[in-house]
Amino acid sequence: MTPSVINSRSLALKMIIFVLLSITLMVVDVRFNYLTTVRTYLLGVVYPLQYLVDMPIKIGQWLSKSVSNRNQLLNENAKLRTENLQLQVALQKFEHLKNENKRLRYLLDSSKEVGERVQVAEVLAVDLERSKRNILINKGKNNNVFINQPVIDAKGVMGQITQIGLFSSVVMLITDPEHELPVQVVRTGLRTIAKGMGTLNRLSLLYLSNTGLNTGIKVGDLIVTSGIGQKFPKGYPVGTVIEVTPDIGKPYAQVHALPRAILERNREVLLVWKK
Amino acid sequence: MNLVLRPHGTWVIVLSFIFSFMLSIMPLPIWISAWRPDWVAMVLIYWCIAIPHRTGVATGWSVGIIHDVLNNTLLGQHALSLCIIAYISVKLHLRIRLFPRLQQAISIAGLIIINQTLSIWIYNIFTNFQIDWSVIFSAISSMILWPWLFVILRDMRRSYRVF
Repeated sequence: MTPSVINSRSLALKMIIFVLLSITLMVVDVRFNYLTTVRTYLLGVVYPLQYLVDMPIKIGQWLSKSVSNRNQLLNENAKLRTENLQLQVALQKFEHLKNENKRLRYLLDSSKEVGERVQVAEVLAVDLERSKRNILINKGKNNNVFINQPVIDAKGVMGQITQIGLFSSVVMLITDPEHELPVQVVRTGLRTIAKGMGTLNRLSLLYLSNTGLNTGIKVGDLIVTSGIGQKFPKGYPVGTVIEVTPDIGKPYAQVHALPRAILERNREVLLVWKK
Repeated sequence: MNLVLRPHGTWVIVLSFIFSFMLSIMPLPIWISAWRPDWVAMVLIYWCIAIPHRTGVATGWSVGIIHDVLNNTLLGQHALSLCIIAYISVKLHLRIRLFPRLQQAISIAGLIIINQTLSIWIYNIFTNFQIDWSVIFSAISSMILWPWLFVILRDMRRSYRVF
């Protein structure tokens, strides 16, 4: 090791300058959104790192797919075929309903058009901050992803975009304690807000008064997005109610729901654009 | 003795930081992720005590910014804690170099506890997050792995003559 003389006063000065700089950066990051573009480019810069970490896992999946035997593939094919058939049948009905809905809307003079465009994005196998529930996907500014864009999977709502990079973006899951989602009970039309609790697979439904519990909501009810707040399109399934506990001591009851989407172990997600 | 040394082997430093970033974002099962060693802080401390005339507060800060972008935390959160860690280790580099390996590992654990506590504390100012024992877990795992990391980085530094 080389002998070195470090000027301790200039070192302390440098430290203080950098500490002040970081404090300023943090305050700007929290209070204003000047830094979103900076972050977009910085995320673009670090994308190769995230890609490198994700690659071995992708290669592993590809290998396991290419060595899986013929029988297994045939079974999977048969299963997918039956599933496809069932979906086709459902779709026929859906097509009919859609046309009818359009006609009725036309009769009612309501111009509101329903329809969304979706695109598949892949989840990168990368860990983000542990205390938050965020995931990273491989579509970014170059694919016209925008902030607050809804993210869903085949079963239900997953979350929304919170940060955009050039080639990747960060999705905040609905189980994040900072995430709130306007929802509605399908059976009764009761509106509420689904808030994340920071734990795996649990949502808390807010502002449900103790008195209205009997008629409004019960265990097993399906909740869907209500479309209030304009960020999420209406009618996507969010979860199932699993626990209703009236709490006499508090103004509101404790109601918990289980998210429908597979939040933690998905490889593919869908991004939704409004038409 | 010629003391005017030109910087040499910057790519080794950069590569070691890239590896530490990759290790710090590698997906782990949830039960073990609290035990993930603080790789970035460990590599930073090593370079700060080995070549304090080259890596220091500024390196710590820029590494911290990249760490923040990778972890999607506030810009400046890890930058602040890592630049303070860099300051302490540059300040004490002569002492830490002389420590026996075990004592060195313990002091590294102390530095990592400072690093984690600072960044959680900052995070706490802006959001609501309980401090739990996970701070200690990652300090313990870093302490256990420090001697090996030290030997690997020292050998790399010697064979590629980084000074």
